[in-house]
Amino acid sequence: MNSMTLTSNRFQQGVNRLLQSRVAEILSYPHGVDRYLEVFNPLWSVNEVRARVEAVRYLTNDSVTLTLRPNHNWEGFIPGQFVQLSVTIDGKRQTRCYSPANSLHRTDGCIELTAKVHANGFVSRHLREQLSVGDVVILSQADGEFALPEERPEQVLLISGGSGITPVMSMLRTLCDEGFAGPITFLHYANSAADMIYASELDEIARTHDNVTLVRCFNNDGEQGELSGLFCREHLFTAAPEFAQATTFLCGPPPMMAAVEKVWEEDGLAERLHKEQFTLAAPQIESDSAEGEVRFVQSEKMAINNGATLLEQAESAGLTPESGCRMGICHACTCRKTAGEVRDIRTGEITSGEEDIQICISVPVGTVTLDI
Amino acid sequence: MSIFSNLSAEQFETIGQELDAIRNREMADLGEEDATYIRTLIKRQRRLEIAGRGLLMAGFLPPAWLAGVACLSASKILDNMEIGHNVMHGQYDWMGDPAINSKVFDWDNTCTNTAWKQTHNFEHHTFTNVLDKDHDIGYGILRMSEDQEWEPRFLFNPILAGILATFFQHFVAIQSLKLEDYLIYKTKTKEEVKAEFKPTWKKMRKQLVKDYLLFPALAGPFAPFVFAGNLTANVARNLWSSQVIYNGHFPEEVEQFPESVIENETRGQWYVRQLLGSANFEGSRLMHVMSGNLSFQIEHHLFPDMPAHRYARIAPEVRAICEKHGLPYNTGSFMRQSLSVWKRIFKLSLPSKTEGDSKKGPLNGLRAKVVSLTREPQSENRKAA
Repeated sequence: MNSMTLTSNRFQQGVNRLLQSRVAEILSYPHGVDRYLEVFNPLWSVNEVRARVEAVRYLTNDSVTLTLRPNHNWEGFIPGQFVQLSVTIDGKRQTRCYSPANSLHRTDGCIELTAKVHANGFVSRHLREQLSVGDVVILSQADGEFALPEERPEQVLLISGGSGITPVMSMLRTLCDEGFAGPITFLHYANSAADMIYASELDEIARTHDNVTLVRCFNNDGEQGELSGLFCREHLFTAAPEFAQATTFLCGPPPMMAAVEKVWEEDGLAERLHKEQFTLAAPQIESDSAEGEVRFVQSEKMAINNGATLLEQAESAGLTPESGCRMGICHACTCRKTAGEVRDIRTGEITSGEEDIQICISVPVGTVTLDI
Repeated sequence: MSIFSNLSAEQFETIGQELDAIRNREMADLGEEDATYIRTLIKRQRRLEIAGRGLLMAGFLPPAWLAGVACLSASKILDNMEIGHNVMHGQYDWMGDPAINSKVFDWDNTCTNTAWKQTHNFEHHTFTNVLDKDHDIGYGILRMSEDQEWEPRFLFNPILAGILATFFQHFVAIQSLKLEDYLIYKTKTKEEVKAEFKPTWKKMRKQLVKDYLLFPALAGPFAPFVFAGNLTANVARNLWSSQVIYNGHFPEEVEQFPESVIENETRGQWYVRQLLGSANFEGSRLMHVMSGNLSFQIEHHLFPDMPAHRYARIAPEVRAICEKHGLPYNTGSFMRQSLSVWKRIFKLSLPSKTEGDSKKGPLNGLRAKVVSLTREPQSENRKAA
């Protein structure tokens, strides 16, 4: 049995080496080997991480939990890190970041992602309403500095809010699987008990592990949590009086994170606090007159938005972006906008967020960041 | 005396608005349908290619060779026309899929993505049929306009057109070098040509190694069958795609323009120039797909970044706008347009009789052509009905 697995492993490695060879590259030129492999099976790829949806569960009314089986290109993750998940919605590829919530020691090769479904959450709603078992999604390799250190801390405090629970859940599950003996406090904030993801599993963990203290805090009055209301110093004294000795991992919505950070800074403990922001708290400038600035990231230049097209503004800032017809025909000037809103001067349509735009027909609406 | 003086500024404005309305409506509708269309087509093309290359491995059997050549030719045509040409126009950039994006997509052709986007997307599509600006008027090899001064080399116009068609992918690949500037007009140095050729040669070499060395070598003793099969498929693709492209701009009635028209050209005027400078041809659905929907060359030139499978749907509206404003809408059967193109190629191999006259105003006589043309498509229609 063992020798058979070895042979099949060796066979797979051989095939992989062959597919990545120079000969395979030229035979499949210019499209590349992957473009032919995917004709046979959407999961097959030499480089890309793609995953099959193995299970879709609904732990709460406004969340979705996916079990994904990545292909062999997946290099694994460290608890706390995130992956970029891409799905195609109405023909367009959409990418969002999610932190795997499973234990590092899960043995079936799957990862588990949980998304909270917001009322206007375009992608999360798709995941809950459209995705089904057998679908194939695209993943990135895991990334992020927010990660459980290789050398496990002696004492751990995990603070999360809402769907920020997923990376710290992964840490908790991993530590429990490892038989970690040090004290762990799991302080979680949710609107109500019904909204709390992983509630019953957390109960079970706290019941079976003497070293795990579960402190739930619900915002709504009358809910049965150990605490209630928003984060404050008093919560910390009740939940984790020894927080100064612990290594703390924090993930939640921006206001909650700010409140926690403030306490750690006041006590001079900032370097013991590890944090992960899961929603951008960037200020939104709402104006359709020429306001804000245009940031050119790669060339490290900046210009005050003067209302001209991004191509013109880039050129007057001394950049020489690729361009052609300057009327939205040839797509030579297409480049990546990483943040901000632009208006298409032909249609008046305003689009926002990360996307490819033709800069010759786009004028910024407020501050815009371009990857050129 | 040009068409531009026949139409008032308001008319140009109206035409522009009417065409913009079509564009805005269609572009707002982009979605699942377009994505599924192009993904399905790409899948079919890859399957055809795998089948074709596989069959050619057994190419010592005549039926396998023939079937292999058919599959590979169809694959190369689909790859270049409905997929490559259209994807590189940015028709599917909105999908956000790096494999179907004009920035990175490359085709089974010796022309590089960068050179193509420069000569085709930018020069040809912006300056369509403007003499000395649109290199696609004769590709620097042929005389395709009465207003191109006759030179003795143009006596070989028909032969050169045949050679151009046979090796079309290579000519397209080196089109950006503007070799005639070096060879004939001496306005370019050898060093400049060499430097510009470098990236093209890099791609050419890979394509040649793939089709004429590696795939034949895989067949061992049957290498010559694979070699011949690949050569045939490449030539078949070249002949077909060049004829499709000739038909789009070279039928006799299609107009060419002097450089002066593009000065302060409005969007409406630009649209009208695209209309007058392009021609469609009619055929089955398969014909449209195999021509990359360049059978709707007029619609393609009006809306080059609109997914091409939508052209068939909007064509009646575009035609109605033309008829309303008295503009010609040049269309006909594939045969009719092809014959018309070759007639032009032969005719222009000799010096134009009216050379002296044409110097006065290149757009002379346009009005007469417009009148005859507006009648012609209608009679075509009747025949079809």
